[in-house]
Amino acid sequence: MNLAPIVRKEFRQISRDRRALGILVFLPGLLLVLVGYALNFDVKNLSVAVVDEDRSPESRHFVQSLTGSEYLVHKWSLDDRSGIDRLLEEGEAQVALVIPRGFAHAMIEGKSIQVQVIVDGANANTAAIAAGYVALGIQDYSSRVLAQWLERHGAHILVPIDIRPRLLFNPELKTAKYLVPGLFGLILMLSTVISTSLSVVREKELGTMEQLKTSPLKAYEIIIGKAVPYLGIALLAATLILVLGWLMFDVSVRGSLLVLYVAIFIFLLAGLGQGLVISSVAKNQQIAFFISVFSSLLPAFLLSGFVFPLSSMPMILQVIANILPTKYFLVIVRAVILKGVGIGPVWDQFLALSLFSAFAIGLSSIRLHRELSS
Amino acid sequence: MTTQDKDIAVTVEGLTRTFGEFTAVDDISFRVKRGEVFGFLGPNGAGKSTTIRMLCGLLAPTAGVATVGGIDVMRDPDSVKANIGYMSQRFSLYEDLTVSQNIDFYGGVYGLEGERLKERRAWAVRMAGLVGKENELTGALSGGWKQRLALGCAILHEPPILFLDEPTGGVDPVSRRRFWDLIYDLSNGGTTVFVTTHYMDEAEHCNTIGFIYAGRLVALGSPTELKQGLSSMTTYEVKCARPLDAVDAFQELPWVKETSIFGHAFHVTVSSDPSAVGSIRDILMNDKNEVEAIEEILPSLEDVFIHLISEEDRRKAKAA
Ligand SMILES: Nc1ncnc2c1ncn2[C@@H]1O[C@H](COP(=O)(O)OP(=O)(O)O)[C@@H](O)[C@H]1O
Ligand SMILES: [Mg+2]
Repeated sequence: MNLAPIVRKEFRQISRDRRALGILVFLPGLLLVLVGYALNFDVKNLSVAVVDEDRSPESRHFVQSLTGSEYLVHKWSLDDRSGIDRLLEEGEAQVALVIPRGFAHAMIEGKSIQVQVIVDGANANTAAIAAGYVALGIQDYSSRVLAQWLERHGAHILVPIDIRPRLLFNPELKTAKYLVPGLFGLILMLSTVISTSLSVVREKELGTMEQLKTSPLKAYEIIIGKAVPYLGIALLAATLILVLGWLMFDVSVRGSLLVLYVAIFIFLLAGLGQGLVISSVAKNQQIAFFISVFSSLLPAFLLSGFVFPLSSMPMILQVIANILPTKYFLVIVRAVILKGVGIGPVWDQFLALSLFSAFAIGLSSIRLHRELSS
Repeated sequence: MTTQDKDIAVTVEGLTRTFGEFTAVDDISFRVKRGEVFGFLGPNGAGKSTTIRMLCGLLAPTAGVATVGGIDVMRDPDSVKANIGYMSQRFSLYEDLTVSQNIDFYGGVYGLEGERLKERRAWAVRMAGLVGKENELTGALSGGWKQRLALGCAILHEPPILFLDEPTGGVDPVSRRRFWDLIYDLSNGGTTVFVTTHYMDEAEHCNTIGFIYAGRLVALGSPTELKQGLSSMTTYEVKCARPLDAVDAFQELPWVKETSIFGHAFHVTVSSDPSAVGSIRDILMNDKNEVEAIEEILPSLEDVFIHLISEEDRRKAKAA
């Protein structure tokens, strides 16, 4: 198989085209950083100022249980309420907590008492989240106190639901953890479908494709030769995303890397076939670009979870999503990266993905063969 | 294979190609002798590229048979590919690669390696006149250089049969001339060259011309044969005192097919008639335009093709 000339030529052309190289390799990383930070809805490390008028072990315990998480941090301890406004105004604290005298007494007696919570309202979003954290924290504490009180009086109560505040305020889990796998679909589609279809159509426009067709090279040698460099670059970009996601967002692959890369490879083949089919119908690079974007990048973007969850998408998009491979790929990737599953639980997704790949590669081979003898 | 077949590089029998309702190439037949320069001449859209693409195995014919180097193109396109060089209508080079990277690429595609590749690379660079420019980007070269480099890349593997599709489109006259010198060199070295063009002056340089018009092969032969074949017409070169006035006078006459100025003389093409010389002389004398000489000459290829086209159009009109 005579692949070397085409592979070498493609690499030379890509390396000459700095912009394309940037788009293929560095844009994914940049996208991850930007989108990762922008959509990271987790509000963390809010500074809390505490005015403890009760100064009892119970009040200290209450403050500890409330600020023991990475979300609320006990940063200031004030003697009276007069300092609160200044701290909030200057942004030194986002939450202030006033525990009135008689707190310990009320706890022991099983009576209710009001704890004053003041939240900086400058940023409505942060304020709502902060108020939510505090409310949940207090509720959590109250239910435990209630349980202890009941226990002391001979009754048992179960607290079956462990409330995680961040789930409440980020129900779609739009964090980097969720985005990293989503970016995979996006980036790999970008590097395969678009670059494959463009590189083939460009050669048709140039007339070099005809030159290649009259050479002793076989059609499959041309196709594989063109595919190898882009597959390589896409794998590189995929690895870059994994490393960046791990370094910056602490997203590590829980499952098998082998399973992950097998899924990536099958997905790339699907993208390759799709790009080749597009190149066989598109007359010029602009058309190829638009068909590629609409048939791959757009669905990948919508499905990646950047915009909205699949279930709230319009019907037509849901139908498209079920035909295209991105959905199946993302399910596999999320399962392997986040849940650490093996092939077992996602075998049906693998099957769907492989079917699409086989279909795309098959269709593109038929089309290219027909083009050669039309 | 008979002895006669050995001397034939390309045979075309009833070759036809339609695109939907439209017939781009209409039942053409011809032979190209080994080692000759065969010019395939015709205006834009005549079907030249469509024919050449069928001969190179890029396009399947609707009907008819073509053999290249004795091999049926339809039956065994791969064997044909190993024997031919092809230069498509656009210079098929990668503008973002350097001169030697382009050569290396096509060399690799044609399976050249090691010493042979090195040798052929040096040859192609010299042939294209690009010594010292091996590391320049191809996109920065002017048209003439690109054209010669494209030719060099198409014949790195020294194919016995070469197909060139309008190789001189869009390059300057000096480069065109140099390019035709290269074609002669190849032909002298035994390569069969099948070249399409719409330039009459280039056609004059060919051993054999096939003239294609609206998909039909309307003439086939050497330039001289074609000119002599135009027996119903005669062209005269007339030297007289005021050729410009003479052209004005003759243009209007119904029996005059064509007139053109050549310095102090003019050419007039008329339907063949023994009395024509007398008539020309009479008209000039009446105008007091002193006649120096009237001489019968061979018509130019252009005269021949204009005549063939009008005949073909008449034939079509009658058929319709
Ligand atoms: N793939 C095609 N589909 C439809 N029509 C075509 C195609 N290729 C060529 N033609 C038509 O066939 C005719 C001959 O084209 P071509 O062989 O390229 O002419 P030439 O090379 O002599 O300029 C033109 O009218 C052209 O529009
Ligand atoms: Mg043409």
